[in-house]
Amino acid sequence: MRPFSYTRAQTVQAAVQALASDPQAVLLAGGTNLIDLMKYEVERPGAIIDINRLPLNFIDDLPDGGIRIGALVTNSSVAHDERVRTRYPLLASAILAGASPQLRNAATTGGNLVQRTRCYYFYDPATPCNKRQPGSGCAAIGGVNRIHAILGASDSCIAVHPSDMCVALAALGATIEVEGPAGRRDIAFSDFHRLPGDRPELDNTLQSGELVVAIRLEPNHFAVHHTYLKLRDRLSYAFALVSVAVAVELSNDRLVDVRVALGGVAHKPWRDRLVEAEFAGVVADEEAFQKLAERLLSGAKGHGGNHFKIPLAAKAIVRALKQATSGRLQDQAAKSVQ
Amino acid sequence: MDIGSRNDAVPLCSTAFVINGQQFTLELHPWVTLLDLLRGALELSGTKKGCDHGQCGACTVLIDGERINACLKLAVSLDGARITTIEGLGSPESLHPMQKAFIEHDAFQCGYCTPGQICSAIGLVSEGRVHSRADIRELMSGNLCRCGAYTNIADAIEDVMGQGRNQIREAAE
Ligand SMILES: Cc1cc2nc3c(=O)[nH]c(=O)nc-3n(C[C@H](O)[C@H](O)[C@H](O)COP(=O)(O)OP(=O)(O)OC[C@H]3O[C@@H](n4cnc5c(N)ncnc54)[C@H](O)[C@@H]3O)c2cc1C
Ligand code: SF4
Ligand code: FES
Ligand code: FES
Repeated sequence: MRPFSYTRAQTVQAAVQALASDPQAVLLAGGTNLIDLMKYEVERPGAIIDINRLPLNFIDDLPDGGIRIGALVTNSSVAHDERVRTRYPLLASAILAGASPQLRNAATTGGNLVQRTRCYYFYDPATPCNKRQPGSGCAAIGGVNRIHAILGASDSCIAVHPSDMCVALAALGATIEVEGPAGRRDIAFSDFHRLPGDRPELDNTLQSGELVVAIRLEPNHFAVHHTYLKLRDRLSYAFALVSVAVAVELSNDRLVDVRVALGGVAHKPWRDRLVEAEFAGVVADEEAFQKLAERLLSGAKGHGGNHFKIPLAAKAIVRALKQATSGRLQDQAAKSVQ
Repeated sequence: MDIGSRNDAVPLCSTAFVINGQQFTLELHPWVTLLDLLRGALELSGTKKGCDHGQCGACTVLIDGERINACLKLAVSLDGARITTIEGLGSPESLHPMQKAFIEHDAFQCGYCTPGQICSAIGLVSEGRVHSRADIRELMSGNLCRCGAYTNIADAIEDVMGQGRNQIREAAE
């Protein structure tokens, strides 16, 4: 690790000010992504602002029946919170599918949102990478790209966002509250992470000096029919090759509201509301699920090593929809369907 | 105490914590991880460095009773914390029940992963979320064992859990 200075922020305003006034500064939450990247010298901050003392470790009920989760609540605490487990079980399930118990005890809600890609070349400063060093090229295109994107990639970058939690939040349609030098603002979840385009160095739409304060979830009808299905190289402690978060509202075997978010396939959790809308009112059967999968993946493109993800994603979508509509959720411990 | 390579441009940070019941106040460079502090200046080499990147669990310790990876924590960020390492759990004369169970069940071969496995297992028991053997395997998945002692590790944990949760919790404190 390169030397850096260290300060502990005591208020959100102080953290924002420190972050906005020093382009070399970064925020430290759980550290499970940042410290790792600093050891590889992928991240080389001149100053670390430790935000762990900020009063952002809360889970509050909202008057409308929703919930507000502070940026410093650990992934473990969210997943095991009784309100989250009963009202947003999809979120709990997705979190428990990720990382390890130790990592989830340290990782925070804000850090999970802002964590960076696991692209091998991004992690290796000896190789070209437009995300790490804009303009240097992309070693994954034409290189080893088994874990890379099949949707929404660009000629500059084919990396994927690695989070499980975010795939569930995309399906549930969370809102992200951020505070910056200009004050507070809300960002819709679908507008938070970006596609790479020609600016792959930008993972998300946070502006300079902005800090995630909390996420909000509205009340919903998805506590019965949902599932988080994660496919990976080993059953635990591995990032998703493909994951699917499904949330469904059913009425007389018809889809009233169906949401399908995909992980491991794009630079952001992938959701297509237009495709989802086409299936409103349709009978929830395998034929419909297959069609939905086909429609969602119609723009999919492989890069050699990751071609397998296209049929894998299609099958995963169908299986996740079957599980969700039959109310049999994915057991993240036994890896079986209950 | 001066820990880490010298760099006079960056001020040392005064940090206080309790490690295995003993109070420490240290002047630390901010880039020293908890793992390097333990194994280096504090000579508590029971906690192991496997990968140094959060991928193996060998560095698992308990912070305020919760298991975490010491390789991904800056020591300075733990000001005020209570840290327990394998050295703080028991002594050869009076082993922690989890240590005893690991011996009885032959739950290690080379032993490199063992301090992390034991700290993790104690964290697991106090979390109180195990309902099945599958839960033990899943909730211990953050600790890799190159020798493949997994079956016996799960046996040892199951045995300890059968002995009663409260007893374990008290022993961990
Ligand atoms: C071995 C390993 C396996 C893993 N497996 C998985 C997995 O299977 N699934 C999965 O989803 N994740 C996995 N992870 C990733 C893990 O979930 C993230 O590292 C973690 O969520 C990051 O949270 P943190 O609090 O530790 O963030 P930090 O490391 O502290 O920060 C990460 C980034 O977020 C920024 N940041 C932190 N908080 C805020 C805030 N409030 N506002 C703005 N910016 C902020 C930091 O500046 C930094 O850039 C794994 C990690 C490791 C090391
Ligand atoms: S895919 Fe993106 S992150 Fe990976 S090497 Fe290419 S530019 Fe870098
Ligand atoms: S040394 Fe910390 S997880 Fe491997
Ligand atoms: S006993 Fe050798 S690594 Fe586990």
